[in-house]
Amino acid sequence: MSEAAVRRLQDRFGEKILRAFSEHGNDVVVVAREDLLEVARFCHDDEELDLKLPTTLTCVDYIDEKPRFELVYVLYSVRKKHRLQIRVRVEEGDPEVPSLTPIYRGLDYWERYCWDMYGIRFTGRTKPLKRLWMWEGFDGHPLRKDFPLRGRTGQIPELDIKDIYRGPGPGPGSEPARRAATPRPSQLPIVK
Amino acid sequence: MSSNFGMVTTRRDEAQGFLERLVSRGLGWARKNSLFTYPFATACCGMEYMSVAGSRYDIARFGAEFPRFSPRQADLLLVVGTINLKQAPILKRVYDQMAEPKWVMAFGVCASSGGFYDNYAVLQGIDRIIPVDVYVPGCPPRPEQVLDGLILLQEKIAAQSHPLIDRTPPPPEAIAAVQSQQLAGGRK
Amino acid sequence: MPDTKNMTVDLQEDVLDVSLETKSMRLNMGPSHPASHGTVRFNIELDGEVIRSLDVEIGFLHRGFEKSCENSTWTQCLPYTDRLNYVSAMCNNFGFLTAVEKLAGIEIPERAKYIRTIGAELHRICDHLTCVGAMAMELGGFTPFLYAVEARDMLWDRVAELTGARLTTTYGRIGGVNRDLPEGWVQKMKDTLARVAELREDINTLLTHNRIFLERTKGTGKMSAEMAINHGFTGPVLRASGVDYDVRKAHPYWVYDRVEFEVPLGTEGDNYDRYAVRMEEMRQSERIILQCFEQMEPGPILIDDWRYVLPPKNEVYSTIEGVIGHFKHVMEGIKIPAGTVYSYTESPNGELGWYLVSDGSGRPYKVHCRAPGIQLLGGLEDMVVGSLLPDLIPTFDLINMIGGEVEQ
Repeated sequence: MSEAAVRRLQDRFGEKILRAFSEHGNDVVVVAREDLLEVARFCHDDEELDLKLPTTLTCVDYIDEKPRFELVYVLYSVRKKHRLQIRVRVEEGDPEVPSLTPIYRGLDYWERYCWDMYGIRFTGRTKPLKRLWMWEGFDGHPLRKDFPLRGRTGQIPELDIKDIYRGPGPGPGSEPARRAATPRPSQLPIVK
Repeated sequence: MSSNFGMVTTRRDEAQGFLERLVSRGLGWARKNSLFTYPFATACCGMEYMSVAGSRYDIARFGAEFPRFSPRQADLLLVVGTINLKQAPILKRVYDQMAEPKWVMAFGVCASSGGFYDNYAVLQGIDRIIPVDVYVPGCPPRPEQVLDGLILLQEKIAAQSHPLIDRTPPPPEAIAAVQSQQLAGGRK
Repeated sequence: MPDTKNMTVDLQEDVLDVSLETKSMRLNMGPSHPASHGTVRFNIELDGEVIRSLDVEIGFLHRGFEKSCENSTWTQCLPYTDRLNYVSAMCNNFGFLTAVEKLAGIEIPERAKYIRTIGAELHRICDHLTCVGAMAMELGGFTPFLYAVEARDMLWDRVAELTGARLTTTYGRIGGVNRDLPEGWVQKMKDTLARVAELREDINTLLTHNRIFLERTKGTGKMSAEMAINHGFTGPVLRASGVDYDVRKAHPYWVYDRVEFEVPLGTEGDNYDRYAVRMEEMRQSERIILQCFEQMEPGPILIDDWRYVLPPKNEVYSTIEGVIGHFKHVMEGIKIPAGTVYSYTESPNGELGWYLVSDGSGRPYKVHCRAPGIQLLGGLEDMVVGSLLPDLIPTFDLINMIGGEVEQ
């Protein structure tokens, strides 16, 4: 994305653009949660930016930092052929973000993914917020760093077959093993 | 003959007379050469299933040509691909709906044991919820492996005892379920 | 006297015109269905045969890809990426590796770029063959499916000679590819491509001017260009709606700026255009592969930097640096410098994006795959609402939703 376009955003919003930088060929703009809807609407409607194609929305769990979650929106313009990343930080205790589905319909499934996997609620959606991959009665948000890798809770009773320990997985004392600290109840009532 | 080979895999509850053995062998031959498969295809192994059913690695020459997508009409449940914990109740339901005699082949390593997906979402092998007859490991297995597994299953079927009339009583849960449905007037 | 003539006319019209009270029906096309290419559940609300609303429920193939990748080293992530879009596994592999190489800031050798292009185009042909074949089968024509499977089997033979596996290849390493082209492979590949072209033209003859096929696919599943962009479509479906966006032309990577090929565009945005775009893309992919064969030069296929690549075996067995390097790679993983990157390549379904976060250790902190199928599935409702139920089948097949990538 050209320098002029990022500067245009900064001129329009001034203080609300917390940081703007370029990393590995991607242009990134960091905004606060309250200004997200306004910035996104400007990106969509403005003629110079013309960011009409919502590429993706993802969430990263920085468990050792505060605020904990970082939402990353990637928008693209087909005519101008440039891309922009918008990043928003979300607190753990208050994971509510205004939804961009009224502007970009394509972010619907990605917002459901963030809710299902990380527990971030989106307000003002055009469609209800449902889980995407896990079933409705599932307890927990699997992609958070404190959810254990093998925390299986099944829906129907299963035979308990003793498996040998298998990988790939975190070795004892490694970073992922340190993060996944909370044990969870193992499989459901076992059929002997 | 395959029945000499299959002595270690099955058990005979009662001794069979000559005619019963003849009928059993006949029925075994008929059943093994006309398997109606239900390909419960979910993932990458589905591509290999397409190849197995295609013209080069022909599964039709073993009689298992027609996929029957209704569990009531199928007798071989081919579980092709990863079964995760959301799909497991559906698989169990499909298996319960099939009529005897029925066989299950676990196609691929994800169906046999969960594969390398040892995580929160994947069922570690379908033998935790349904009984399996033949496991075909591989990620995905080559079509020749699948056909080898099918031949193994055919030998197993030939070695089983096939009575003309199945006199085993239905399990008490099934009787209770039917009775409760009749009491409710057939409506749930 | 009452106006009986008029009264009689009204009465007749009322009696004949009694409208039936209808209720809409909920139909569940469940996860295991012969006509759905993959495990999805459609909760359809039908009014007669007209679809009023469509709710897609997925999650029946969720295999925990992201969490598994966070707990494996960078090279161990490669088999997981294979199984995302499992009909075109090399595209996923190379897309992921391109993203990691961007993070690490390394540039792969020329020959590796050519081999990656050849592999990606080969699997692109396989993906389009599978899509067209499966769609034809579900519309009732079994012959194109068998032709497509035969062509695909032949291509997979060549892929197996190159990589070792037919389908889930795990080809490519950080810094290049792990195996060079076998001897005689180029000539065999040219013969195979010729035969695949014959089969593809047979499928073309069977389908393109077929009355039944035209009736089922022309005019169904329409999507206008603005709606398509708003939904985030990319790939053949977007190009069928008339929008000229192909990552290979817009932001060229590997050797796409050195080979000549065209990008087919559709006009109407209906199913027939999507089918025609896919057929034409197969022809263009063949062109690209043949040009790559002409342009390739012999050379190294992996970079020489031992921080990212396993040291050669004779060094491992004779020098201390080789042993330590090998040990660190296998036990701790390749140390990619910390940072975040979003990298994108053109997979057969659209723009395959990778958002990687690295914390400097041997394991990724976050691997996010922007699967093109997710946006396409989100737009499915807008494509079929208001049309008949049988129109759902070719629409759903031609967006080529692969369960592995949508549900990761």
